[in-house]
Amino acid sequence: MRKLMIMVIVAAMSVMMATACFAGAKKDKIKVGFVYVSPVADAGYSYAQDQGRIAIDKLPYVESSFVESVAEGTDSERVVLNFARKGYDIIFGTSFGYMDPMVKISKKFPNVAFMHCSGFKTTPNMSNYFGRMYQARYLTGMVAGMMTKDNVIGYVAAFPIPEVIRGINAFALGAQAVNPKATVRVVWTKTWYNPALEKDAAISLLDMGADVIAQHQDSPGPQEAAQERGKYSIGYNSDMSKLAPKSHLTSAIWNWAPLFTNVVEQVRDGVWQGNESLWWGMDQGVVDISPFSSMVPKEVQDKVLAAKKEIKAGNNAIFVGPIKDQAGKVVVPAGQTMEDGKLLGMSWFVEGVVGNTE
Amino acid sequence: MLGYRLQKRDEPWSWGAPIIVVGALVLSLGISALLLKLQGKSAVEGLFVLWQGSFGASWALEDALLKSIPIFLCALGVATAFRMQVWNIGAEGQFALGAIGATWAALNFPDLPGYLLMPLMFFSAAVFGGFWAYIPAILRLKLKVNEIISTLMLNYIAILLLEYLVFGVWKDPKSYGFPVTPEFTGGAVIGQIGDSRLHWGFVVCIGAGLGMWAFMRFTRLGFDIKVAGEGQRVAMYSRLPYGKLTILVMAISGALAGWAGCIETSAVVNRLQPSIMVGYGYTAIVVAWLARLHPLYIAISAYLLAALRVGVENMQLELQIPAAFGSIMEGLILMSVLAGQMLVTYKIRRKK
Repeated sequence: MRKLMIMVIVAAMSVMMATACFAGAKKDKIKVGFVYVSPVADAGYSYAQDQGRIAIDKLPYVESSFVESVAEGTDSERVVLNFARKGYDIIFGTSFGYMDPMVKISKKFPNVAFMHCSGFKTTPNMSNYFGRMYQARYLTGMVAGMMTKDNVIGYVAAFPIPEVIRGINAFALGAQAVNPKATVRVVWTKTWYNPALEKDAAISLLDMGADVIAQHQDSPGPQEAAQERGKYSIGYNSDMSKLAPKSHLTSAIWNWAPLFTNVVEQVRDGVWQGNESLWWGMDQGVVDISPFSSMVPKEVQDKVLAAKKEIKAGNNAIFVGPIKDQAGKVVVPAGQTMEDGKLLGMSWFVEGVVGNTE
Repeated sequence: MLGYRLQKRDEPWSWGAPIIVVGALVLSLGISALLLKLQGKSAVEGLFVLWQGSFGASWALEDALLKSIPIFLCALGVATAFRMQVWNIGAEGQFALGAIGATWAALNFPDLPGYLLMPLMFFSAAVFGGFWAYIPAILRLKLKVNEIISTLMLNYIAILLLEYLVFGVWKDPKSYGFPVTPEFTGGAVIGQIGDSRLHWGFVVCIGAGLGMWAFMRFTRLGFDIKVAGEGQRVAMYSRLPYGKLTILVMAISGALAGWAGCIETSAVVNRLQPSIMVGYGYTAIVVAWLARLHPLYIAISAYLLAALRVGVENMQLELQIPAAFGSIMEGLILMSVLAGQMLVTYKIRRKK
């Protein structure tokens, strides 16, 4: 935690020291390049980012392109570099592992705006962006908490990194808010996209007695497992109802269009700046839940929609004390709200989550 | 079938190889152009953009050279083993072990100056990679375990070992939980050559290529390996130490793949992370076969394949062609070249 604090302080200082190095001239035509880690047709993470790209591509002054399935490491460095060489004005890199190559290249191309998703490093012409997905996770957790009969909810998760841990915790807090007996069982797959493995992970959770399956994965594997066993499922990334119509209750979804639109408008007007961290939430429409399935009763829907209104209005910050960890120790005292810095480095589970963060 | 049959040539078709390669390229590019048309894209523009991305600018040439470095080293390694008909399919795992070996040195001796640390990293990469290849060699000699299976299986173990390390003991405490090691410090990073993006790993490639060529051509051991490549019986009748030669070619093979892992880790990403594993070890097998195991042809085919991959990215960027199209093109080219090589030893005759 101490190191994290030092990092936050260093980051804050570098923001202060950076004096508008970015050449902010007004532009009539903006070329925007996107680099994705997986194919856009996967209905998952890259698909959601690409929906945002398609939305800004419709703006009259925007021209966009993308390269998909770009591995982190050498390949990403080359692809980002090629966008910069070809005179693109904004380059969106959508995977954590693109961070260091983007930092390197941003220094060589001071007139290009670099936007990196999910990382923590910035430069005078590189900012990062992400969404408060945990808000949508909380709401889907409420749905799961009310729909479970055996009070065991399974969660197929990718990697034990803060983003995923934060989502699981918010999900558990949402479930507990409506059903204090609910527990969330976590299985790590250590993959982002592996349909067969992720389906197997969901089956193991179903075997352990879970009757609702949630996921932080890019494949529909867990959805299929829940549908085959006649249980419920909760999707992620985009509306997954078509993939498992008989089990799917709702999905926690990304909607990047508002954020991307804001960035291209700022670059057009010459007011965009690097060294910023955008972490937008439900109030700005970047995260949401997809329409409920007809299996979700009216009173459940009403309760969740009421909670959504509270989150949007800023009345429910979700990580508000008292919050206990798995050992029952109070980590966030009553009345206190966790700060963003701590949320970004979250590495422990809340009470009621079964599993470990290794 | 259709009134044609294959007949073995008395002499291999001497002008066959270049004609076949060019013919296969034309055929596969033609099919690719047709596929582009089916997608509603301009075929001419598509092929032009491909050429532009592969060879059309100095930076394109540089990008392809950079990308060909790990492919070349791995292919040079497997070709050495293939020369002796030892089927090392495990360059991928040996690459991973080389990366682990280099990282071990970089993380444990960060304060050593570059001129000591760099040789140490290359040495430990070669030892780790070579050791990973030594295991299947010993299994084959002592227990008659088929090395195709054992090298392939060891690839998965190597990748899991790499993941175990970066998710566990070597994880950077400042990485927000992401599976990467800390960044390498000054002496552990292979630098760039002048102002170019090319790094000194390129020079290692040239050295290794010339070295292997000279070794196979001018040394007694190289000759022995070629003789033993005619079969285990031949080796026995020639009183060659078949077992020792097997271990030697596997160790060379593993060490070269290990160097590729070392270079990729140190020069390119400056740290160990699971995403360095992108299948160069498997690409190497195809490259070695395309080049018929000759170091110079390996260099050429590694470069052309890298250029194709870089060029396909340009097609994606300019024309929004799906990434999968690159794999299709690659498959078409490799299939038609390899299938065409049959015509060097056979000719097609009309049935009488």
